[in-house]
Amino acid sequence: MTVPKTTGEKKDKDLLLVKDFRGYYRGIFGVVHAVDGVSLQVGEGERVGVAGESGCGKSSFAQLITGTTTPLLHYESGEVRVDGYDIWKISPEVLRKKVKCELISYVPQAMLNSLNPVKKVKEFIADMFRDRTGCSYSVKKVCEIATEHFERLNLDRSVLDLYPYELSGGMMQRSIIAISTMTTPKLLITDEPTSALDVSSQKRVIKMMIDIQRKGIIKSIVCISHDISVLNQLCNRIVIMYAGEFVESGEDVIKHPLHPYTKALMDSLLPLERETKYKPLLSIPGVVPDLRNPPHGCRFRDRCEKRMEVCNVEDPPEIVKGKRMVKCWLYK
Amino acid sequence: MGELLEIENLAKIYISGYVWTEKKVAVDDVSFSIKKSEIFCLVGESGSGKTTIGNIVLRLLKPTGGKILLDGRDIYSYDKKTYWRKVQVVFQDPYSSFNFFYTIDKPLDDAFNLLENRPSKVERKKIIRTIFKKIGMNPDEIMGKYPHQLSGGQMQRILIARSFILYPELLVADEPTSMVDASTRVAVLNELLRLKEEEKLSVLFITHDLAQAYYIGDRIAIMQKGKIVESGLVEEVIFKPKHPYTKDLIKSVPPLYEKWKL
Repeated sequence: MTVPKTTGEKKDKDLLLVKDFRGYYRGIFGVVHAVDGVSLQVGEGERVGVAGESGCGKSSFAQLITGTTTPLLHYESGEVRVDGYDIWKISPEVLRKKVKCELISYVPQAMLNSLNPVKKVKEFIADMFRDRTGCSYSVKKVCEIATEHFERLNLDRSVLDLYPYELSGGMMQRSIIAISTMTTPKLLITDEPTSALDVSSQKRVIKMMIDIQRKGIIKSIVCISHDISVLNQLCNRIVIMYAGEFVESGEDVIKHPLHPYTKALMDSLLPLERETKYKPLLSIPGVVPDLRNPPHGCRFRDRCEKRMEVCNVEDPPEIVKGKRMVKCWLYK
Repeated sequence: MGELLEIENLAKIYISGYVWTEKKVAVDDVSFSIKKSEIFCLVGESGSGKTTIGNIVLRLLKPTGGKILLDGRDIYSYDKKTYWRKVQVVFQDPYSSFNFFYTIDKPLDDAFNLLENRPSKVERKKIIRTIFKKIGMNPDEIMGKYPHQLSGGQMQRILIARSFILYPELLVADEPTSMVDASTRVAVLNELLRLKEEEKLSVLFITHDLAQAYYIGDRIAIMQKGKIVESGLVEEVIFKPKHPYTKDLIKSVPPLYEKWKL
């Protein structure tokens, strides 16, 4: 076991470093290999998107790298370093005080329920702010800080005096992202920030997230979504996840997909372009394999058109070319 | 000729409260018609009244004003069973459309109750199997399974199949793909397109996704705050929008290959 780093030494510039990381669900149903050997580096100033189908482990990944796992999800092996802290090795108290309160901010998927329904937004903010920073400011004082923060992000101040049910979905999502960045964390991790919104609020949320980063309130963003076109707008690097593994990552994944899964996924998307109506769009046949006993070898092989002999036998290697990674035998 | 559903000056006002009532106009003077073998798309933001129209057409809600005609007759002049034989629905959430205590054979079997002469058990099985084969699904893989063993896309296609036991004339599809993965979304859409071509089905397709509406639709209506602000052929509305709201909406769709300048 490695000794956890102390605050003093921060050699690597990576804000988030995930190395050969595994996290499994354990219960009466067996062991589900939800996140199975993934590696990721997120440097300062990067916006990384994780895309994939439902049930491929995106949300489990988000929970694991923030240390906020649901009851059946357990750490298995590997390491996650957030600004030098190995979050699965340090004590829960350090994890809470240092990492969760100061370094990262995690906006989970069911964020619309995360505001307190019987308190005004400003009272909720006051509670949150006191908890995170350990100060004992009055509601009024916190409200001033919040107003300033909201104004920087071009959000309406009047939200603070409302109850959560009075806000629309898009407004609530933007408020929650604003609230979660009030304590200026370094890394923002959002899980499906736009999935329940319509296109115009979606655009506003994307714009605001980029704005927060440009204004230097946060350093990096990790965004998890099933919507590739949203990630394309928001992120400058995209990682494609399939059945608990990262199959491809890089900056031009969308324009030049290499992995057969990414290609198939891109072919099934519907961009708003003139040709969309006239070219036949295809769906990917089959379903994601059961992750309780993931198949040996390539996990996509049953749905893959370019399947080879070797795919049945051996796990494909991760082939790295510059900033591009692809996990497929085709490129060996 | 060929108008299947005609909606004239439809209005729906929701009233809440007993002593101090609050009114909310959900649908405001909406008129449109759907032809035979046509996919008509209703697009709008959340809260624009799309689903209300869908529910009114399905007779799940009573309109406050206006007239809806199916085949030239008022929809309330039909007997309920006759009406639902003609008009069927696929809802947004496939996961809550099934009762998870039963295998998926049960809801399919129940659909036969709407028919006047309920076929025998053997025949019912046979019909279900042919319909599954028709929509390109392997009946052996699906029948006898529980909902949780199937993917969202499969469930949604089974719901389409279920509506086809009755051979409806109109299918109301209320955001059928919003909870389905991108990889299987196309399968649902292609299924609707095929049914339109081969079975002369008309579809009222309710969505907030302009790209889907463009892919599947013949005609489109854009809704804002209960009103239709623009309607016409999909190509014209999407590539030559006239109303400022439509223009705004189209600009907000994230393009797949270019990046916005933000």
